[in-house]
Amino acid sequence: MASDITNQSGLDVKFPESVWGWLLIILLALICGVFASSVPWLVKYPQNWFVPLADWINIFTDWFEAIAKPVTRFIGNLLELPMQGLREVLQWVPWPVTVLAVALLALHASGWGLVVICVLASLYIALSGYWEQAMNTMALVGVAVPLSLLLGLGLGIYASRTRSGQRIMPPILDLMQTIPTFAYLIPMLVLFGFGPVVGLIASAIYACPPMVRNVSLGLQSVPEEIREAARMSGSSSYQQLFWVEIPAAMGQIKVGINQTIMAALSMVIIASVIGGFNDIGWEVLSTMRKARFGDSLLAGVVIVFIAIIMDRISAAYANRDYLSSGSDAPSKHHFLIAAGALIVLCAVLKFFDIGTAIEEADWAKSIADWLNLKLDEFVGAYGDILTSIKNFFYFFYLLPLRTGLSQSILPFTWGFDFTGPMRISYAVMCVLGAIGVGMRWGWQKGLGVAILAYLLYFGTTGAPWSVVIATLTYLGWQVGGRKTGLFVLGALGFILLTGMWERAMLSVYLCGAAAIMSFLFGASVGVWAASNDTVSAIVRPICDTFQTIPLFVFLIPTLMFFQLGEFTALLAIIAYAFVPAIRYTENGLREVSPQLLEVAVEQGCTPSQIFWQVKLPLAMPSMMVGLNQTIMYAFAMLVIAALVGTTGLGQQIYQALTAANTGLGVVSGLSMALLAMTADRIMQAWAANRYAGLDG
Amino acid sequence: MAGEGKTALECRNLWRVFGDAHGGKLANSALPKGDDAIRLAEEMSSAGDIVACGDINLKIKDGEFFVLMGLSGSGKSTLMRCMSRLTEPSAGELLIDGEDFLGISDQELMEVRRRKMGMVFQHFGLFPHMSVRENVAFPLRVQGASEAERNAKADEMITLVGLDGREDAFPHQLSGGQKQRVGIARSLAVDPELWFLDEPFSALDPLIRWQMQSELLRLQTLFHKTIIFVTHDFMEAVRLADRIAIMKDGLVVQVGTPEDIVLNPATDYVAEFVKEAPRTKIIKISQLMEPLKTGKPKKSGGEALHCDMTLEDALSWSAVRGGALPVADEDGNMIGTVPPERLTAALSGGDDGE
Ligand SMILES: Nc1ncnc2c1ncn2[C@@H]1O[C@H](COP(=O)(O)OP(=O)(O)O)[C@@H](O)[C@H]1O
Ligand SMILES: [Mg+2]
Repeated sequence: MASDITNQSGLDVKFPESVWGWLLIILLALICGVFASSVPWLVKYPQNWFVPLADWINIFTDWFEAIAKPVTRFIGNLLELPMQGLREVLQWVPWPVTVLAVALLALHASGWGLVVICVLASLYIALSGYWEQAMNTMALVGVAVPLSLLLGLGLGIYASRTRSGQRIMPPILDLMQTIPTFAYLIPMLVLFGFGPVVGLIASAIYACPPMVRNVSLGLQSVPEEIREAARMSGSSSYQQLFWVEIPAAMGQIKVGINQTIMAALSMVIIASVIGGFNDIGWEVLSTMRKARFGDSLLAGVVIVFIAIIMDRISAAYANRDYLSSGSDAPSKHHFLIAAGALIVLCAVLKFFDIGTAIEEADWAKSIADWLNLKLDEFVGAYGDILTSIKNFFYFFYLLPLRTGLSQSILPFTWGFDFTGPMRISYAVMCVLGAIGVGMRWGWQKGLGVAILAYLLYFGTTGAPWSVVIATLTYLGWQVGGRKTGLFVLGALGFILLTGMWERAMLSVYLCGAAAIMSFLFGASVGVWAASNDTVSAIVRPICDTFQTIPLFVFLIPTLMFFQLGEFTALLAIIAYAFVPAIRYTENGLREVSPQLLEVAVEQGCTPSQIFWQVKLPLAMPSMMVGLNQTIMYAFAMLVIAALVGTTGLGQQIYQALTAANTGLGVVSGLSMALLAMTADRIMQAWAANRYAGLDG
Repeated sequence: MAGEGKTALECRNLWRVFGDAHGGKLANSALPKGDDAIRLAEEMSSAGDIVACGDINLKIKDGEFFVLMGLSGSGKSTLMRCMSRLTEPSAGELLIDGEDFLGISDQELMEVRRRKMGMVFQHFGLFPHMSVRENVAFPLRVQGASEAERNAKADEMITLVGLDGREDAFPHQLSGGQKQRVGIARSLAVDPELWFLDEPFSALDPLIRWQMQSELLRLQTLFHKTIIFVTHDFMEAVRLADRIAIMKDGLVVQVGTPEDIVLNPATDYVAEFVKEAPRTKIIKISQLMEPLKTGKPKKSGGEALHCDMTLEDALSWSAVRGGALPVADEDGNMIGTVPPERLTAALSGGDDGE
């Protein structure tokens, strides 16, 4: 395991035992390459070997649905009640009252700075003409969040207090956080039938893991003495938990509340693909479908502003605890006054019928029309340039990664044929390159070059399944030990057996393509931000905002210019996934100890030497964590990007959703989660090795 | 003070072992005694278990100030935590007011803690989200006392520990000494009979520590609690204790009054502690005196040492006199004499059987 750290000295090539494994894999790769026609099943997994798991699940679901229908429908109706009630209230209350209430909340949470932000944002929402849709969304969020928090609190207590919880909750949470958003909707759809309740329940479940994690983390970090002080006072376990431990852990729990609120909002927006609730997500989606991007943009901004308001206020509450404020005594008093004022205002406005219904905001309509016009003009005028950008990336980046150089170099794409002699020289160059790199920087790097060259030749989708599984399993085993190796084997085996392999590889390809670009872009910005405080100060709030925006919104600007297709999906994924790359790179570089740098300067290193040979290696573990996060973000966005034209698992999940096919949805959703977890396990083990290497 | 009186808390063959190598060797029916117990403890340690308390036998009297003393890791905290059942003993018996304390139900245990026990922690264990008043009132709140009632009691306790005016402060706004005053006030709020203090002053500066010890003594003259006090500081133990139990590797190696221990350390381990102690301030004349051989005590002429005098005082007194010094008791009766050589011998430690 530690072999890739110990052996970094130049020519002193010691081959540890693991080399034999790699040689076997290379042999397998050669067999698949040369004798492909005699062992086709090693290259392409035969269709009649599939396990029809999806069908079995459907049979089970049909049976279960028939039994559970009365119960689920009852629960659905039960939840529909408060949601409809909240919806009525939010629609009934004059919007100035709501805006004022938000402002007061912001004032209480933080101060006048936040009030200005929140008032401007909510005024926009009110005046954009999307007030009704926004309030419908808020009605869903308003019921989903408390449900999710309660669920999260319960599970968090379970996860921290019981032995079984400590054992089984972490993997369940991992799974819950990697299962794609759409996949949550499918079983809900089948169980609860079309309607907003599906989004409500899916959102409550989807959003609870951060709450669970933070509650359990918070409870576990309550000092033992405090727990014992409560016990020695003779507290019952209820008193101990609710009077002492939970309040003492509140700082951490509030972080969880903030994250859960944001996740719930994100899911509610995504759930609008089910349709039929006239919420703000649906507004964006339907205008996008009609290619009225001006309207989508205006509505998209509403979503962004809702997200910002909710995030900033809940984050302010999370940061503002008893440690900073003294006593909260006067706030009860203030609360009553504020509530009274709001009610009076509400009554007055109602009486004069002001601010009750926002009429079609004409000006907003005309702005939207104007935007639509301008966008059409722009795309008309620069369409050729946009198309060539798209084609360039498609032919020279995406296609080679997908089908490999062997398939993608054609007169039509690259302007020439990939002839036999060229293929042979490519192979020779790669072998020499791998050996050269291996001699210079250690055999692992040489092996890496060989694997990449192989992948580039055959493409992600063209690479034989046997070689891919063998390579990843062995890699997992080498970096993370036997458990990781077995996990990778099991995960990929599941995908293969259930017949998801080809789709999965398409997802891997697009996710990989996006992750590479996100990381290159993000890491470059991170390097810049680490060396320049002004850049850092500008980038930071941008990153914060990008992280609060629900994924869905990223589709609007990309689709606007590049129509449906993989390139558009690629851009949308990059727009969402580059943030962690920036953050971890900057942090990693900034945390390099100044003493080390001084030593390097004294030894007469040039700035570029310092950067490449001191800073970058030391920041590497942190950057690897950033890369891992980037990949996870890319997987999350991949599924949403199915709306704008992808071909992988994401697309399959979306199709399963529209067809309400639970079996297909569950299997492809699980496959996606397993892919993400595979990448996560390998990357984390790798980063851990690098950290260990730094210490040692 | 100490002396007669009934037993408040008693440990009989009490064990607490961490680890699971010892298996079923600690059956309550056949616990080893004396040297056998020591052998068993050694056996278990070499098998990889930690014997935090081995065969503890103690009787702590009502109103006694009892100190558990020993180096860090010697098992003091564990013993105290067994006594309050924050840790469950592995074997043995524990009696409070003569009644079995180990076999009671959770509900009863909760009641005992509510009514009879108070505990002060080394790192204060204050609830960070509660004000000083709420912290002190917490044990009353747990019992269901009304807000007015518990606030009145809390304010009374806060005054008692000298924190008037800080009722609404939060723990993070207080100094270490103030925090521990809150801890003390909270532990006394329900007027417990048994008062546990686990190194309550170890986290404080030496000057504050001295001050807090004085306050503790003052409180004890007011309340006469049965105190079980843990410390690793021998001077603190000597200053506060009626009796001290010295622990080493989970075993109690000596129990006695501070004077007993200073004059007759049972083992080298104890002697090590004693070396540090200012003997002149601890040893009392009554322990050095040769009692009168004959008859009833007679009145001294006023020219006598007092039997409660410390060695230090006696030395300065003797400097102006020669010959055997007469000793008188509280009523001024002559009860014995002390040869001056004995004072100097006691000073150097040559007196006590070395
Ligand atoms: N919960 C526990 N688990 C395992 N070992 C423990 C535990 N608590 C205490 N010990 C061990 O028991 C021994 C006595 O600890 P303790 O009673 O805290 O000593 P003291 O208070 O005298 O410093 C130590 O060796 C300690 O490591
Ligand atoms: Mg201790």
